[in-house]
Amino acid sequence: MSLLHFVVLAPFVMAIFLPFLYYKFRSIHTGWFLLPLPLILFIYVATYIPFGGGGMEAVEHTVQWVPSLGINFTVYLDGLSMLFALLITGIGTLVVLYSIFYIANKPDEPLNNFYVYLLMFMGAMLGVVLSDNLIVLYVFWELTSLSSSLLIAYWFHKEKSRYGAQKSMLITVSGGFAMLAGFALLYIIAGNTFSIQEIISQADAIVQDPLILPAMLLILLGAFTKSAQFPFHIWLPDAMEAPTPVSAYLHSATMVKAGIYLVARLTPVFGLTAEWFWILVIFGLTTLLWGSISAVRQTDLKGILAFSTVSQLGLIMALLGMGAAALHYDFIETETMYYTATMAAVFHLINHATFKGALFMAVGIIDHETGTRDVKRLGGLMAIMPVTFTVSLVGLAAMAGLPPFNGFLSKEMFFTATLNVASLDIFNLETLGVFIPIVAWIASVFTFVYSMMMFTRTFTGEFKPENYEKEVHEAPAGLLISPIILGSLVILFGLFPNLLGYTLIEPAMQAILPGITPVGEQFYVNIYHWHGINTELLMTVAVVLFGLAIALNLKKWAEAAFFQRERDPLNRAYDFGLDQLVVQSQNVTNFHMTGRLRDYMLYMSVFIVGLGMYTFFRYNSLDINLEGQGGIPGYAILVIGGLIASTLVLPFVHKRITNLVLLGVIGFLVALLFVIFRAPDLALTQLLVETVMVVLFLLVFRHMPEITKEKKAPLTTTVKALVSGAVGIFVILTGLSVHALRAESDITPISDFFIENSVPLAGGYNMVNVILVDFRGLDTLLEVLVLGIAALGIVTLIKHRLKGDEDV
Amino acid sequence: MEILMIFTSGIIIAVATYLFMTRSLLRVAFGVVMLSHGVHLLILTLSGLETGAPPLLTENAEAYTDPLPQAVILTAIVISFGVTAFLLVLAYRTYKEHGTEDLEELRGNADE
Repeated sequence: MSLLHFVVLAPFVMAIFLPFLYYKFRSIHTGWFLLPLPLILFIYVATYIPFGGGGMEAVEHTVQWVPSLGINFTVYLDGLSMLFALLITGIGTLVVLYSIFYIANKPDEPLNNFYVYLLMFMGAMLGVVLSDNLIVLYVFWELTSLSSSLLIAYWFHKEKSRYGAQKSMLITVSGGFAMLAGFALLYIIAGNTFSIQEIISQADAIVQDPLILPAMLLILLGAFTKSAQFPFHIWLPDAMEAPTPVSAYLHSATMVKAGIYLVARLTPVFGLTAEWFWILVIFGLTTLLWGSISAVRQTDLKGILAFSTVSQLGLIMALLGMGAAALHYDFIETETMYYTATMAAVFHLINHATFKGALFMAVGIIDHETGTRDVKRLGGLMAIMPVTFTVSLVGLAAMAGLPPFNGFLSKEMFFTATLNVASLDIFNLETLGVFIPIVAWIASVFTFVYSMMMFTRTFTGEFKPENYEKEVHEAPAGLLISPIILGSLVILFGLFPNLLGYTLIEPAMQAILPGITPVGEQFYVNIYHWHGINTELLMTVAVVLFGLAIALNLKKWAEAAFFQRERDPLNRAYDFGLDQLVVQSQNVTNFHMTGRLRDYMLYMSVFIVGLGMYTFFRYNSLDINLEGQGGIPGYAILVIGGLIASTLVLPFVHKRITNLVLLGVIGFLVALLFVIFRAPDLALTQLLVETVMVVLFLLVFRHMPEITKEKKAPLTTTVKALVSGAVGIFVILTGLSVHALRAESDITPISDFFIENSVPLAGGYNMVNVILVDFRGLDTLLEVLVLGIAALGIVTLIKHRLKGDEDV
Repeated sequence: MEILMIFTSGIIIAVATYLFMTRSLLRVAFGVVMLSHGVHLLILTLSGLETGAPPLLTENAEAYTDPLPQAVILTAIVISFGVTAFLLVLAYRTYKEHGTEDLEELRGNADE
């Protein structure tokens, strides 16, 4: 166990003890006990930041878990893990601080639940980013899904919360299962190892394997569902029913980036294939465009932010795909343009976490102080909530990509990356590549529009006090600390982007694109505000101009059907699918579970006959051999003829006493057959049993009515006759085959032993009785038990009755 | 002889299957009885119907009929008797409780 293991485990340990603290110190808000933990973890992880040159040494520690299956709890800390761990703990600290002031310490508020779930999530997320073992990563991955659903349904008395939690659970967990299958494939391809680093070290061999494509698709399914990529993004807007600190933490900064992390982590393996590039770029850009267009239609502030998150995640995903192109080229030492995309992805990852966190918190404040998040009711808050307004302005400007904030820089780098990729001549880019910058540009225009819309409709305009249920004023200082810190970071990273260069971005890039720099050499990240007048800058100017034009004319288009449709149309597909799943499974069940014995008998008969017939033909095992039979004495013919005749009559007789007489005749004929086949004990027993049985039937008949006559249903009767005929034929064929087998193979019956040893070993002359009580006495013992149980059952049935109104 | 007996068993089992698919609980009980007859005869037949003395060593014969299947069938007869008796009383109690022995009417509602 190293300290890094404790980084992952500490939140879980804390989660165990938190309820005790909650019940012991009810007057203190539980969040205060929790606050130091993420802060300490943040500081500890931050000690690994390479402040000098020379890059970052990866740290690895292993604790054995299930060594026989190759599953070990290995923590691996390199630049990428460190970046994510810092995001998780850093924003975690701020979110906990924010939630202390956001969620009131009321007696009926289950704060212990909230913080236990939050700690569970934090630990699980740290586990995801620090695990080197795929299975351990999967375990933590599912834990994040679980804790996320618990957090979404925190106010579980609300119908919408439960709907959102169920939706996110269903979507992310089905993606998680696909991912597990992908991991299993990867395990097989990589020669039985779950270690990501070992898999990466043999990447060149792995990509030659034909299974690489299914493995990649399955893993990407997991990453896409988690990171809300099109068309799996629909759970994210519904997850906004969670308390705002949760939305800020899980659904903007950390959990939705788990998929991004996984994609970045596995880029050294899958990045070598062209499919990886295309899938990531196409899905990423679709998500980017779809998210930004959908965000414009929202009227709920959190809804806007949710779709904005979707679109920004698409942007990062597309950038990671483009960055993977760098792995395809061997002469990267001379060219820097290919990895601009990766650099932009990492940079935007950090930027997005800061400004989206700040915006969610600002929206939470607005919701908290005004009681609504509906932009139709909000307006004119600029003068009333100046601090929130400032933070929001910074965040929105960064989101829209305006200078001098950090979003501007990452947007410029994004444009550069798309232009670079469009000019590449690998992966058949020369024909379709031109669409990449165009899509990126359109999405940026919409991003600008919704950022602008959020700003104008919340803060500018006229303040209408009658729209609000309470008196509107600025939030308390405690609530403002976290968004102010995040807002300051937005400005800080905007003005001094190179602070992040060698501390965070370079180590992360080394992890995503290993071998990009020769050993011992440094790869430098330099981010400038001013590149001179180039295409990217002109694109940004055009974004602003077009965005302004659209935003100013938004009123005109607000009536259009496009803007009225607030819910994502894909939700309808999801709801319909879920409903149909239930309805269709009910239909299937109702269709075959009829509650009729005859139907079940029919299924069984058809199945048994079908299986038997298939076996006959498949293995050619039907064998009829008429030789080796004994002769047929005349009196036997008579008995058998009588037996067959009375049997065949049985189904046609409907008078029950005739039925019973026939049954008795059959039983006695069977006893006669036993006599003919030299089985005196059997004949005796059969006679006795048959007599008792007939008496029993008569006893029962006394209390029961005449047999109900079957209603005429010729089809059913035909079906019944056909099926029972088939069963009979199947029995006959099986019997004939067995008989033939007996005749053809020389199987010696075991009975010679009984015949020889009945007297010497057991001292009995009646062989059947000796077998029953001596050689195979256990059968008889249990058979006696069966009779005893039947007798007890009968007594219970008759004697022990419930009173009329009692129900079982 | 064996072939004839196999056909007999087949017919008995076919009739038993038919009786199982009827609506009356009593006829289902008849089916159980018939099914055990068919199976007993089949066991006896498939172990061979060679002519020999009954399996009693006092006969001093040269060949005896196979005693093992007889022991097996004896066990089976007793067990099927127990089951049939139970089924009969169950049918009787079902009629007393529900006033019908028609399986179609005993199905109950969909939500039960």
